Amino acid sequence: MTPAALQAAYKTDLAAVQSQVLDDRGYYLRGLALRAIEKGGRGHIGSALSLIEIIRVLYDDVLRVRPREPKWPDRDRFILSKGQGCLAIYVLLADKGFFPVEELDRFCHFDGLLGGHPEIIAPGVEASTGALGHGLPIGVGLALAARMRKRDSRIVVLMGDGEINEGSVWEAAACADKHRLSNLTAVIDYNKIQSAGSVFEIQSMEPLAQKWSSFGFGVFECNGHNVEDLRRAFDQAIVQPSDGPRVVICHTVKGKGIPEAENNPSWHHKSELSADVLSAIRSAKRN
Amino acid sequence: MRKRSLDMVYELAKRDPRVVFIGSDLSPGVLPEMKKAFPDRYYMEGISEGNIIGVAAGMAMEGYIPYVNTIATFITRRCYEQVAVDLCLHDLPVRLIGNGGGYVYAPLGPTHEAIEDLAIMRALPNMTVTAVCDADEMTRLMNASLEWPHPLYIRLAKGGDPIISKQSRDFAIGKAIDMIDECTGASDVLLVTTGIATTQALDAAKQLAQTGLRCRLLHVHTVKPLDIDVICDAAARTGVVVTAEEHSLVGGLGSAVLEALADELNRQMPMVRRLGIPDRFADRYGSQAALMKSFGLDAASMVAAVTRAIGDLRSSVGPSRAAE
Repeated sequence: MTPAALQAAYKTDLAAVQSQVLDDRGYYLRGLALRAIEKGGRGHIGSALSLIEIIRVLYDDVLRVRPREPKWPDRDRFILSKGQGCLAIYVLLADKGFFPVEELDRFCHFDGLLGGHPEIIAPGVEASTGALGHGLPIGVGLALAARMRKRDSRIVVLMGDGEINEGSVWEAAACADKHRLSNLTAVIDYNKIQSAGSVFEIQSMEPLAQKWSSFGFGVFECNGHNVEDLRRAFDQAIVQPSDGPRVVICHTVKGKGIPEAENNPSWHHKSELSADVLSAIRSAKRN
Repeated sequence: MRKRSLDMVYELAKRDPRVVFIGSDLSPGVLPEMKKAFPDRYYMEGISEGNIIGVAAGMAMEGYIPYVNTIATFITRRCYEQVAVDLCLHDLPVRLIGNGGGYVYAPLGPTHEAIEDLAIMRALPNMTVTAVCDADEMTRLMNASLEWPHPLYIRLAKGGDPIISKQSRDFAIGKAIDMIDECTGASDVLLVTTGIATTQALDAAKQLAQTGLRCRLLHVHTVKPLDIDVICDAAARTGVVVTAEEHSLVGGLGSAVLEALADELNRQMPMVRRLGIPDRFADRYGSQAALMKSFGLDAASMVAAVTRAIGDLRSSVGPSRAAE
């Protein structure tokens, strides 16, 4: 099947994903991320901007966490397995008060807490990630531990659409199915662009929904930039009871919020910020 | 040794509710008593080492102490990134029990021969690396493992190995053990060994003692953290240091000892000879003993190597250094 035909098979209106208008909070959070990028002089910009609404809805509406008590035993656990998207979790953790917003100004600095991939030295970060394909196995372990401890903690693992090329993801998926981990939810940031280009050129994982379904997961999908649609999907896939593991395929736009960066593989990561890039970032912040 | 190690997992599980066992498609009937007594802490998972290390990490993040068991090459080579990132970067108390260290699986060929496991595990920050010499010492290691706060690699030997360790010699992770009560100070030759190479070295030391040499044998069950103080002190009081290990000469015990001596001893540096496996995969099958012998890791070869080293020392610097 062609990419167009594959995408037409989704229930989500993918044109609506592309044209999704962001709200004030969406721009505010992006502004924080872009502030960190400017201060750090680098960053996985496109990778982070497709995640903002997903992580925002998780922290605003779904996850039971205590910013003043990051190790609260009964908390829900969220792992950003796609570690290169770290700016999106940093801005939410700062916004929620896990650490001061000013910490964003030390992004990638020698004495900062916030590196180019998230580490557990930052309050609220559950696992150090960056090497791909590690989050779901750890999530399976957390989910089994919660079961052994008879805690009702929910475990949420967010992965990229390139990341799920890794075999360890599917080893963990089989294991989650074997143990029928109803407290485990995988979330896929399906922006359809991996580092080298389109996932349909580099390594398509389609038919994606059928793959997860065949691994025993309940499959949900949504517009990953539409807050209401995310709330609906996460309620079904995280909050409501289940008899097994679940996955939410979030259709997103890489670089969402900076017109020049949207769907542009060259914005996956910037190790230095040119005048054009800075101009694009500052224009986006003014919106 | 393998049986003792796994039996001890069950014993530890009885003592401590944090202990969990995770196997990767092991033989039928592994730890049936534990499976029956603690079904919620007994996991026999699929052939998926990368996943299993991550699962163990997740459990350890929640306060459990997972003991993970499979073949040594698979638990080190296959999932090296998971061991590095999930276990070592997070500094989690997960125990990796590797079946078939060295040439135990000689008939099965190089895919199953863990000849560089000590080196690659040793290279990882926060990892502790052990290779005990017999089943009794395994019991001591497993007891000590319960409260060890870091990731721990436990290399297993074949099983049925002769018991040479003694309860009277204190066991602590990271502490070398003097194996010859009659020679614990100045010596003519200092043997530094790990795993079952210690068994061969003990036999060699007894033969050498009969020739009048003062032969000290330090058994290093913990290759990392290395007992640098004891090894360097002993090395400063001998003529020749000979290391022996059922492991590649690249990066194992011999390398660790050389690094320590170079860093610590300066001009007191003794002559050092390293016995181990050359930098290549085995091209023969047969038995563990046959392969060890072919690479000079049996007692007779060790005697010859020490004798040559002593001769080299005397011909290069005269007899006085060795007799100090």
